[in-house]
Amino acid sequence: MSIDTQPTSCPPPRVQLSGITKRYPGTLANDRIELTLEPGEIRALLGENGAGKSTLMKIIYGVTAPDEGEIRWNGRPVVIRDPAQARRLGIGMVFQHFSLFETLTVAENIALALGPEAHPRRLVSRIREVSQRYGMPLEPDRLVHSLSIGERQRVEIVRCLMQDIQLLILDEPTSVLTPQEAEDLFVTLRQLAADGCSILFISHKLGEVRALCSTATVLRAGCVAGHCIPAQCSDLELARLMVGDAEGLEGSYPKAHGGAVFLNVSQLSWRNPDPFGTSLVDLSLEVRAGEIMGIAGVAGNGQDELLALLAGEIRLPPQESARICIASEPVAHLSPEARRRCGQAFVPAERLGHGAVPDMSLADNALLTGFQQGLLQHGLIKHDKVMAFANDIIRRFSVKTPDAQAIASSLSGGNLQKFILGREILQQPKLLIAAHPTWGVDVGAAAAIHRALIGLREAGAAILVISEDLDELFQICDRIAALSNGRLTTPVEVAHTHPIEVGRWMAGQFDISHSAA
Amino acid sequence: MDIDLLTNVFYAMVRTGTPLLLVALGEMVCEKSGVLNLGQEGMMLFGAVIGFMVAFSTGHLWLGVLLAMLAGILLSLLFALVAVHLNANQVACGLALTIFGVGLSSFVGASWVGKPLEGFSPIAIPLLSQIPGIGKMLFAQDALVYLSFVLFALVAWIVLRSRIGLIIQAVGENPNAASAMGLSVLRVRTLAVMFGGAMAGLAGGYLSLAYTPMWAENMTAGRGWIALALVVFASWRVFRVLLGAYLFGLASILHLVAQGIGVTLPANLMAMLPYVATIVVLVLLSRDTIRTRLYAPVSLGQPWKAGH
Repeated sequence: MSIDTQPTSCPPPRVQLSGITKRYPGTLANDRIELTLEPGEIRALLGENGAGKSTLMKIIYGVTAPDEGEIRWNGRPVVIRDPAQARRLGIGMVFQHFSLFETLTVAENIALALGPEAHPRRLVSRIREVSQRYGMPLEPDRLVHSLSIGERQRVEIVRCLMQDIQLLILDEPTSVLTPQEAEDLFVTLRQLAADGCSILFISHKLGEVRALCSTATVLRAGCVAGHCIPAQCSDLELARLMVGDAEGLEGSYPKAHGGAVFLNVSQLSWRNPDPFGTSLVDLSLEVRAGEIMGIAGVAGNGQDELLALLAGEIRLPPQESARICIASEPVAHLSPEARRRCGQAFVPAERLGHGAVPDMSLADNALLTGFQQGLLQHGLIKHDKVMAFANDIIRRFSVKTPDAQAIASSLSGGNLQKFILGREILQQPKLLIAAHPTWGVDVGAAAAIHRALIGLREAGAAILVISEDLDELFQICDRIAALSNGRLTTPVEVAHTHPIEVGRWMAGQFDISHSAA
Repeated sequence: MDIDLLTNVFYAMVRTGTPLLLVALGEMVCEKSGVLNLGQEGMMLFGAVIGFMVAFSTGHLWLGVLLAMLAGILLSLLFALVAVHLNANQVACGLALTIFGVGLSSFVGASWVGKPLEGFSPIAIPLLSQIPGIGKMLFAQDALVYLSFVLFALVAWIVLRSRIGLIIQAVGENPNAASAMGLSVLRVRTLAVMFGGAMAGLAGGYLSLAYTPMWAENMTAGRGWIALALVVFASWRVFRVLLGAYLFGLASILHLVAQGIGVTLPANLMAMLPYVATIVVLVLLSRDTIRTRLYAPVSLGQPWKAGH
């Protein structure tokens, strides 16, 4: 870690942005942004999706060039032409969309980032040491494609920690960590800051921002909406700065008890053929009509496998078809399409590539799962109906997009998620399975998504939410269980438990016999 | 089958497989970086004719080899300019390059057809070349075959062990991430395309200076296309490329063996055999889809532009 040891009493700011402006066709992504980071400062960058945070980070990291404005690095004006130069200056970045190579091992990925003198095999022990020290265990020889989302994020963070950095930019690093892991990460980040490294921390979790960051800059519609000291602001005040109007942000919903059991999973076991994957062990759960059941857990504990089994992407042999029942009908052997005909809808964890096809228009994406809504006739597509359906989603779920012909990948994460969720909800499913519904989504969109889920519950649907965000689960779920290493705890009513207890379950501290009941 | 026949079969197998090995190694590296260059056949032919002309006029075989490689690089640079830097469609550019190379080589070499040349002759390494069975195959070849052994070892080491190999694989899998890490995607891809061009030129030079020391139109006889298929079916793995190339070599000479032991099959069937056998074996090897996916360069054939 390089530390500024300037003899002067007042060292120059680590980085100083002035008048940064960036235009994209049709939008002003950054409008005369002013931002200063002192050495050792941990500053939060807050703002809704589309507020210009990503663009600003890309400018600092040299991915895109600003149209106007100046960047001063340690007092000297610099032009950051590309990420390589940013890294030479000492800028590290952890991306929200991971920048890892799936066909390479953890050690090879890290070696690539570290420069010519780093050899994967010589790095192994250092990777183990750094990852253990910071509470992010990693197996250096594993191939990245076999890692869960959470583990991949650890690789990204450890990769940055192993470089000589003076400024670390983190884009929502805690969205895949347990509360305890996030706290461990904060210890690491505070240590880094104490060593003189400046940190720019992007998060939607205001509680974390308050716990970690000494200062915050809020962006709104490409402009700096204000600076504040998070510890002295309430959630509502921060949210108001971000959104401009805080209506409907206070999310507190009455709990429901639900009616008849709609989805029944009984003693589901599944052996994962991938030696690095998680196998499910004796997993039982019920979701009743008119309730939201939540499953907490850190990524890589069997969520992906459970979701694939519930969605029908992994099918069981016919003799085991009763392991999963929808309305008492065995479905575990059925295809995703057949399960949709049983009234099931599915919102996968990955928006681009799983929930939506990135290069297709919103209308075409609407057709993908909405084909049972009278959009087809004799095998031909009725384009006017498809457009009407897509426009209905866009209108009712306030999706910010030019029109239904916009391609999916051009939307911000939150907007696309609203669209995907809207597409499923408008089909009036009797059972909705949603994975990480608000991952990387801003407060405004998250509140809208929560309201939509509650609305669907009130309409009598059974809802299963799998999420790593405990606050979210406690906010919207009626019952909750935790998934740890392929085993599920006995679901309990949210009113009768506490995040700390569920956090313990997530870490695997629960009685197995108790769980198999 | 007696041991002498076997010795000669192995020897001819390697000789026949060598041009395919060279061009396939080059294309493999090129594809690993994410660039699909269908111009192998054209680059080979241009290398063959330039190599032959230079060696014939100057009397220096090695100068011919060098110029053959440069000729391949020259054509590959044309491809790199259009398909890598200007983001044109790689498939279309590659096809155009082959058509261009075939025509250009015929045009340039029109007056050189059928001229005799004293090509590379075998160099037997004392003692080692006397080993029954494999001695002649490994130790009584001409200099370019020895060079192909060295190049194979070099490519294997680069791809499997070196940082350069990691960089090529990273660029081929996720150019955006590679660029974000500070790797120059365009430079890596250009160099990989140039390497492919050099290897194709060398393979062409081997044909016109060693394998059959003369120039004839279309003398590559589709080896550039076979190499392309070989790389895919070998799932971009270097040892499988070697296996496939020699397998092709073996199947190509089987009709000689068949005649030798008194079996007669229709000539057309025999001419098909190398292509069919190579593809069947490699398809069988690449059935494991998960592993194949692991080795396939994800961004293959997709143009990439910086800064978005």
